[in-house]
Amino acid sequence: MIVTRLSLTDFRNYRSVDLDLAPGPNLFVGRNGQGKTNLVESLGYLGTLGSHRVSSEQAMIRQGADAAIIRARVSHEDKELLLEVQLNRTGANRAQVNRHQVKVRELPGYFSTVLFAPEDLALVRGEPSLRRRFLDELLVLRNPRLSAVLSDYDRVLRQRNTLLKSARAAGVRGNDLSTLDVWDERLITLGSELIEARGRLVAELQPRVAEAYVSVAGDDHHAMLASRLSVLAGDPDAESDEQDIRTVMAAEEVMARFRESLDRLRRSELDRGMTLVGPHRDDLVLELNGMPARGYASHGESWSFALALKLASAGVLRAESRVGDPVLVLDDVFAELDESRRGRLGAAVDDFEQVLITAAVFGDVPPALARNTVQIERGTIVDARNPTGDTEPTPVEERMSDVAD
Amino acid sequence: MYEGIVQELIDELGRLPGIGPKSAQRIAFHILQTEAFDVSRLAEVLVEVREKVRFCEVCGNVTEQERCAICRDPRRSAATICVVEEAKDVAAIERTREFKGLYHVLGGAISPIDGVGPEDLRIRQLMERLADGTVTEVIIATDPNLEGEATASYLSRLLVQPNLRVTRLASGLPVGGDLEYADEVTLGRAFEGRRVVQG
Repeated sequence: MIVTRLSLTDFRNYRSVDLDLAPGPNLFVGRNGQGKTNLVESLGYLGTLGSHRVSSEQAMIRQGADAAIIRARVSHEDKELLLEVQLNRTGANRAQVNRHQVKVRELPGYFSTVLFAPEDLALVRGEPSLRRRFLDELLVLRNPRLSAVLSDYDRVLRQRNTLLKSARAAGVRGNDLSTLDVWDERLITLGSELIEARGRLVAELQPRVAEAYVSVAGDDHHAMLASRLSVLAGDPDAESDEQDIRTVMAAEEVMARFRESLDRLRRSELDRGMTLVGPHRDDLVLELNGMPARGYASHGESWSFALALKLASAGVLRAESRVGDPVLVLDDVFAELDESRRGRLGAAVDDFEQVLITAAVFGDVPPALARNTVQIERGTIVDARNPTGDTEPTPVEERMSDVAD
Repeated sequence: MYEGIVQELIDELGRLPGIGPKSAQRIAFHILQTEAFDVSRLAEVLVEVREKVRFCEVCGNVTEQERCAICRDPRRSAATICVVEEAKDVAAIERTREFKGLYHVLGGAISPIDGVGPEDLRIRQLMERLADGTVTEVIIATDPNLEGEATASYLSRLLVQPNLRVTRLASGLPVGGDLEYADEVTLGRAFEGRRVVQG
């Protein structure tokens, strides 16, 4: 899949910009704070309906404007699609595909992207929640239905935690306990589905991560993934034991172990007023030559692992895509890497249909990826190799019409 | 912003569910400008509804008498009770004309976040209605969301009695719609709840 043209209106610092993009690598160069990341952030939004920088969409609307519009023309083989989304300051956002209105949440079905960013290092070194989010985001891209399972699970968790807290406050009453069983049932059903789906995903990622690690790091270290499952853990507060690590488990077994753990931990759950087992307490363990990467891996090794995870997720999406490769976005990544990793990462992404790269320093990017370079300064394209030149504002009629009250 | 009482009217209307600021304004000006509009009649009904309407002693539906029209109707079968969350759900099911039994309005769904537990719902009254064995089937028609499902599963645990069938409304594809327009969650549920038609 290739983005042939990206147009932004009132998005971040761009009043209006139209940009033609080439197949293969596209490099955006500019000093920090000029708007390079904003360009790729807009495509990230189309692909994931989120931003890697902020949780609020409001920040993406240019100050003083009521709405931001992201418009991307994407092509795959001989098919062309025009994807549009309007982010509104007030009211619901709107989306169109080829000028026909669609639900905003359907957009990622038409466009997929994998973003590499400096923050990825935290996948290796940061908290378990970041690795859970990495897996969950990929799960939802592959199976949109799971986003409903994830949000239902979160809600059950909140309901159940509230109940545990109130049971603790009131002193345990028989009545509350019987309601707890009801929430347990939902927790187990939804939670087991997530555990099983994550497990299958980890198994798929595993060989790709190992391979990608070798190609990026340039050595033969063995990168391994495993799931640390709280439903298998003996004591939730004890440091990891070997027992709780497993990659794939059958759904029935997950449910049985989940139930056992809840039964065993009921006392401590009531004492602490919170749910102590479930996918919200699991972790994805990253190992390098049998040692946990978190804590043991060097800076360079950690980076290689983070890149390997992202390359593997791109590989998974690519393998089952019917609309070509996901568009890779490398946002300020090269500045973080040493010379040899830069070259090897460049080689690893070179066979993707389209790669968008941002960099503050031209020289950081391997020459092979600098074939199409766009210079960006204060929210305008000052020098593009495939310029459309003009940045005249989009006429009002072209805006997507507003929703009535 | 409008002056004094006009703005007050808009504000009051805007507090009603489903009415945004623009709709509130439209309704306010309709009241102000349309001669045919009988304001005193509306005011009377509003006051009356609060005075007269109460909840059916048996099922909890809205009524003006001790027992609602459905509970009083001798043609309705006393063998089946359909359990719903709100009185407006009774109206929805009545529109289908499919169901000939009686209702039981719980008055909500179990939701610890909102401070609603089983003891806050009309569950004890439901158990009392089942005590004499007249009822042979309870249909649980709570909303197909998390809280509704939790309430349904709570009831299904509670309602284990000899000679009592407990059923739950199916969830799945909307009738008359296109498969391609169904969202993933609904379609996924329809797969889960699929039926054997042959073999």
